[in-house]
Amino acid sequence: MIALALDVGSWILLVAGSFICVTGGVGMLRFPDFFTRIHAAGVTDTLGAGLIFTGLMLQAGLSLVLAKLVMILLFMLFTSPTASHAVAKAALHSGLEPQLDDVDDRSGVDS
Amino acid sequence: MTAVAVVLMRDLFAVVMLTGIYSLLSASFFVVFDAVDVAFTEAAVGAGISTLLMLSTLTLTGRYAKESTQKPWLALAIVTVTGALLIYGTLDMPTIGSASAPIHQHVAPRYLNDSMQEIAVPNVVTSVLASYRGYDTLGESFVIFTAGIGVLALLMVLQRRRASDVDAHGPMHQHLILRIVAKILIPLILLFALYVQFHGDYGPGGGFQAGVIFAAAIILYSMLFGLSAARQTISQPLIFALSAVGVLLYGGVGVACMLLGGNYLDYDALAEDPVAGQHLGILLVELGVGITVASVMIIIFFTFNGRSLSERGRRR
Amino acid sequence: MFLTATAAILVVMLMALIRAFLGPTLYDRILAVNMFGTNTVLLIAVVGFLMGRPEFLDIAMVYALVNFISVIAILRYFEYSPPDETVEHK
Repeated sequence: MIALALDVGSWILLVAGSFICVTGGVGMLRFPDFFTRIHAAGVTDTLGAGLIFTGLMLQAGLSLVLAKLVMILLFMLFTSPTASHAVAKAALHSGLEPQLDDVDDRSGVDS
Repeated sequence: MTAVAVVLMRDLFAVVMLTGIYSLLSASFFVVFDAVDVAFTEAAVGAGISTLLMLSTLTLTGRYAKESTQKPWLALAIVTVTGALLIYGTLDMPTIGSASAPIHQHVAPRYLNDSMQEIAVPNVVTSVLASYRGYDTLGESFVIFTAGIGVLALLMVLQRRRASDVDAHGPMHQHLILRIVAKILIPLILLFALYVQFHGDYGPGGGFQAGVIFAAAIILYSMLFGLSAARQTISQPLIFALSAVGVLLYGGVGVACMLLGGNYLDYDALAEDPVAGQHLGILLVELGVGITVASVMIIIFFTFNGRSLSERGRRR
Repeated sequence: MFLTATAAILVVMLMALIRAFLGPTLYDRILAVNMFGTNTVLLIAVVGFLMGRPEFLDIAMVYALVNFISVIAILRYFEYSPPDETVEHK
């Protein structure tokens, strides 16, 4: 019974995590500008990784493997947003400008 | 394919990135072949430290390779012929993984069968590396040590007590978030290096990987906090001494074995029970390897960066 | 179960590679490489479970570390020599 619940939970988490990662990938390809792509890559990567690792943790049971998964997850939670921040800061510092809508046009239509 | 691109491209930065990807692909091949230790080392060294060190080199040499003035037709012909001969030679070899291949007949079965009784270390790779083939590993650590000495002989800039350091006012100085995150992470990375070092008996790991991870943590610190701060933490005499200590430890264990009655690097003589002796021997030897690898990597990185800093200072 | 996750991660890695080739600016490429690296970590972890060898998690940890340090190193390199100058040194 518990094994079944764990399996179902893992399935849901893994599928959700993969879906979010794929969404991030699609966003990388289709977003118009570098700074929007950072949103796609950074946010979805971290969230997708978190979900996938949690799904794997449910499969691992109480063991050293679980501890390792927790450590990798914590490490990625720390470093993935930091890396995105560093890339964004470096891009801004070197003069890359975000693509903005025209300020005069308030009707919501792109010019 | 990545290798062809590496050879043909002149943009050295892209070459460095492609080399990193090439190492990563090799590591995944090793994973497919079920060679976890090798994949571990390849991922850490090839994709990690090599990329870092080559990027440091690029700050010295500039980003684009010079146009070569003559087409190397003769060299290309020789390489093609040699390559074709090698491939022709492999046609005769037994298929991958077949049990009747010569490599599986002579020494390997003995290692695989007897390792548990003689050494009682679950990771056969470690037992082969550190005990059965201890001489080879001794040679490897000497090679690494020599590489460090070579870099020092060619590039060493004597550490001057400079009041102002070019690095302290560099752009990285403003990266507060990175520095805080790094301050939290670096101790954990060092702990992980220690874990890999001593867990090498039971899982993938061992001296080489642990040394590389340790050096990577110090390099991270040096990149974010400035070279002078890193040099104050890990002073030059200390790092020079450590690189020698590692190799001395390895050789010293061998000598101790001789003094206690066995052959050179015969760990059975180190303790009452031969298996305990093997464990002790492997522990000390791997520790020596780890210390040497870590210190030599740090020496190379500091030397490359110290040199580029002094050049930049002169250019201003 | 692990197969679907593996397939999805491989698809994402391919997309990141495409972006790395396309990306008009340098920073697009750096971002794509970082994403590729993160997905590699995920791939190693999931394939480890798929093949029943949890020892792969050590490799995943090492590669997460390597990925982070590489991105920082690349950014630092470009802060010292900005990509716009094509200086041909000797």
